[in-house]
Amino acid sequence: MTAFLSYTVIGLFTGAAYAIAASGLVLTYSTTRVFNIAHGAVGMVFAFVYWDLSQRQGLPVWLSLVLVLLVMAPLTGVFIQRVLTPGLGTAPVGVSLVVTVAILVGMIGIATQIWPENSAARSIPQFFQGHLIHLGGVIVTPQQVITIVISAIVAGGLYILLARTRAGTAMRASVDNAELLGLYGGRANVVAALAWAIGTALAALAGILLAPIIGLQYYDLTLLVISAYAAAMLGKLTSLPMTYVGAMGLGLAQSYVVGYLQDIPGHDKLGGLPACVPALFLFAILVLLPQAPLRIGQVKGIISAPVPTITRSLVFGVLLIGAVIVMASGMAESSLTNVGTAIAYSILMLSLVLLTGYGGYVSLASFAFAGVGAVVYCKADQPNLLGFILAIVVTAIVGAIVAIPVLRLTGLYLALATLAFGQLMDKLFFTSQWAFEFDNPLKAGRPKVFGVSFSNEGRYVVLMAVMLVLVALVVIAVRRGRLGRMLIAMRDSQAACGTLGLDQRWFRVGLFAGSAGIAGLSGALLAGLRVTISASTFVYFNSLILLMIAAVWGVTSITGAVIGGAFMMYLPVAQSNYPTYAGLMFVVVAVGAVILGRNPNGLTYWMFRIPGWIQDSLYPVLADRYPGLALKARAFEVAGDPEGEDEALVPVGGPGSEHSSGEVTSDVVASR
Amino acid sequence: MSLLHVDDVVVQFGGVTAVNHANFEVEAGTVTGLIGPNGAGKTTCFNVITGLQTPTSGRVSLDGRDITRMPVHRRSRKGIGRTFQRLEAFGSLTVADNVRVALDIHDGFRGMFRSVENDIDELLELVGIADYANERADSIPTGTARLLELARSLGTDPRLLLLDEPSSGLDESETEAFGELLRHLASEGRTVLMVEHDMDLVMNVCDVIHVLDFGTIIAQGTPAEIRANPVVQKAYLGYEDASEPAGSHARPRPAESGPAESGDDDTKVLAL
Repeated sequence: MTAFLSYTVIGLFTGAAYAIAASGLVLTYSTTRVFNIAHGAVGMVFAFVYWDLSQRQGLPVWLSLVLVLLVMAPLTGVFIQRVLTPGLGTAPVGVSLVVTVAILVGMIGIATQIWPENSAARSIPQFFQGHLIHLGGVIVTPQQVITIVISAIVAGGLYILLARTRAGTAMRASVDNAELLGLYGGRANVVAALAWAIGTALAALAGILLAPIIGLQYYDLTLLVISAYAAAMLGKLTSLPMTYVGAMGLGLAQSYVVGYLQDIPGHDKLGGLPACVPALFLFAILVLLPQAPLRIGQVKGIISAPVPTITRSLVFGVLLIGAVIVMASGMAESSLTNVGTAIAYSILMLSLVLLTGYGGYVSLASFAFAGVGAVVYCKADQPNLLGFILAIVVTAIVGAIVAIPVLRLTGLYLALATLAFGQLMDKLFFTSQWAFEFDNPLKAGRPKVFGVSFSNEGRYVVLMAVMLVLVALVVIAVRRGRLGRMLIAMRDSQAACGTLGLDQRWFRVGLFAGSAGIAGLSGALLAGLRVTISASTFVYFNSLILLMIAAVWGVTSITGAVIGGAFMMYLPVAQSNYPTYAGLMFVVVAVGAVILGRNPNGLTYWMFRIPGWIQDSLYPVLADRYPGLALKARAFEVAGDPEGEDEALVPVGGPGSEHSSGEVTSDVVASR
Repeated sequence: MSLLHVDDVVVQFGGVTAVNHANFEVEAGTVTGLIGPNGAGKTTCFNVITGLQTPTSGRVSLDGRDITRMPVHRRSRKGIGRTFQRLEAFGSLTVADNVRVALDIHDGFRGMFRSVENDIDELLELVGIADYANERADSIPTGTARLLELARSLGTDPRLLLLDEPSSGLDESETEAFGELLRHLASEGRTVLMVEHDMDLVMNVCDVIHVLDFGTIIAQGTPAEIRANPVVQKAYLGYEDASEPAGSHARPRPAESGPAESGDDDTKVLAL
């Protein structure tokens, strides 16, 4: 009984912290319709800032709290709302997801840059550490009491703000119709900025309260957003009281799982389960949510890269394979591994071309699917075509299983479900004995296809190039055919597709499964390339980086995918070459995604100048220092060719304009 | 029995009642008008009938079968087609491809073995926009896009066609041709339910007219009866002559959301 009460107290504490974070999320989402995936990351950064001020600089605790919660966090919130995300509320969901994921990546980049991992361990002490309160046999810490009390104050404060003040009334009006609020003289911009200031401060508060308990970590605190939105989902991201109920339920559930897991036989294999409770909670709620109405919008055409004909693609595919054959015969093995990795990532990018570029949906778990494919390939131990086919089919089925719970919901929920899925895979599956078992790498055999052995590294990379071309041809064929037209139609207007008789729910599941299958192939190929492969290759954060790079390089064309894949391979190489700037590189990619995810003119401008700029200035420098890299650089060019000419014909847009030109339309809509 | 029966439908958005116990029927083979001032709940009625909006209460039946809870795409399979007031053309596809998508969806797997080129040409000819076949749907004028939505909807061979302000964006002679097209569709056995602000068109083409005001049907009858109805004149036509185009008088209305139709052409230019 005492144990139960102790777990309950811990659960209420965690729930209270979740409630604080979740109410901030609800406040920002409901006033601006921008779902801030970076909510947890913001809390993480401010927990670090608070640590820096109170521990490293030695400022008094109260002053640090005032500085962080009343000055820095609100200003950051206003900055995010005004500078990084204005107008995103009316943009397609994909755009606002890309931008807020970019903010998340940028926040992690900032944190790792300013407070690098390798220095001494940091910790935030609990408030009034050492003082314990005894309540009828249960020991309660002041931190727990303070958190629960603060969460009650936040709840009361928000109620008074929303129900009793003019600003609160304007906020509630803004939820319903920001434009109408504007017509009646309310200043929607001020209201939005206020909501983001408060929301960001609440994220910081939750981060500071939780950091002493879960540790001052980059990723664990960032994933606070999953807990927060799992709680907020119970109130459909708009109801504060339901959000509190959800947060408390989640906190208690998590605490009981932690507490009672050790009593269950075989618990040692489920070490990752407690961390996954929010994700599981989220899936449970998603299944229970009612059908979302189809959005009725505008005619918003999207300029994307022209699709090359099959013949054309074939010609350039053969050229690409030829180039890889040349490289395979003359390149050092380590560089060849990089080429192979780039090809695998390009295939992974192609899964996003299908899903995001054509379909308009965002996946935040590409690498998790790739990991599933790798595990299947290794475990099946069929080093031949069957192994690859198995990897594709099983991953596609897993993809369908992820998409089915969100069948009735909108793209935002699909993306959030994939983030939760990525975390589940990370914490629960990949580390389990069925997969990689912590850092115990799996062995993958190189295949034999039609009697030809591909055990030689060079031959294997050529095989990968052939696979890349095949997948690209399939993607192009889909795009050119009936399915592709329906995909585009569905992206342009779901309401019209529905009234024409298309059952979009299953269409979407099929699309998602197909995209996952391609990701699975990519993972399997990567496993074969590396021969041994571990879970660290497939951490969820990589999926977010992949999405950023997709936003930067473009996700509507094969060319964009191939360049992006190569870039994805190169980023960690560059980071290990310049470890002092590793965090900064994340920030740069994130800033690129924020800019290119939104501005169509900037996109064209950059898209058509970056290749020339790299050739003119960057390649010679790189060639001097790393002869191997320069060879790879030429590989990009060959890969980039197939659509190069076509793209040049498009005045605006080009690859990757999917997000940005959607943005143009919505801007116009907003300004009418 | 009537083809469509809207039975005591109520739709509430928060505190606003957009449709308030609306009752009306549409007879098969007729062109029926649904008119009323801005914000009267006409488009919401259409959304309820096509399944885009779940009513707070009430029921919708097609051929006497309750379809209130049926998903959007299945209603389409049952023969309900529609066009939208705020355009929903597939902007990134060409005009011909817009229609092609409709035919593809309608044909399902059978369509993989059937050429639809002739059908596309016929439909575009029928509504009179064949000249635009190869242009992107977000680059054509508003009126043309409305005709495109009609052609696209006809691609699914609907029995009941809901047209939401189909003639706005058309000039006088185009509107006249459009009226003839509607009569032609009715003579083919299709049933048309039309929300329309062009009173000349409504009075000339419709067999029956329902008048919606504040979400409630306040009058129904033939064009002549509606024209003479004092309740309609007072509530809807605002004491003015019946031939005046309606919707021009300023009268605060609750539900109709946000910025509506104007300025579409600017969008087209910028969206390129």
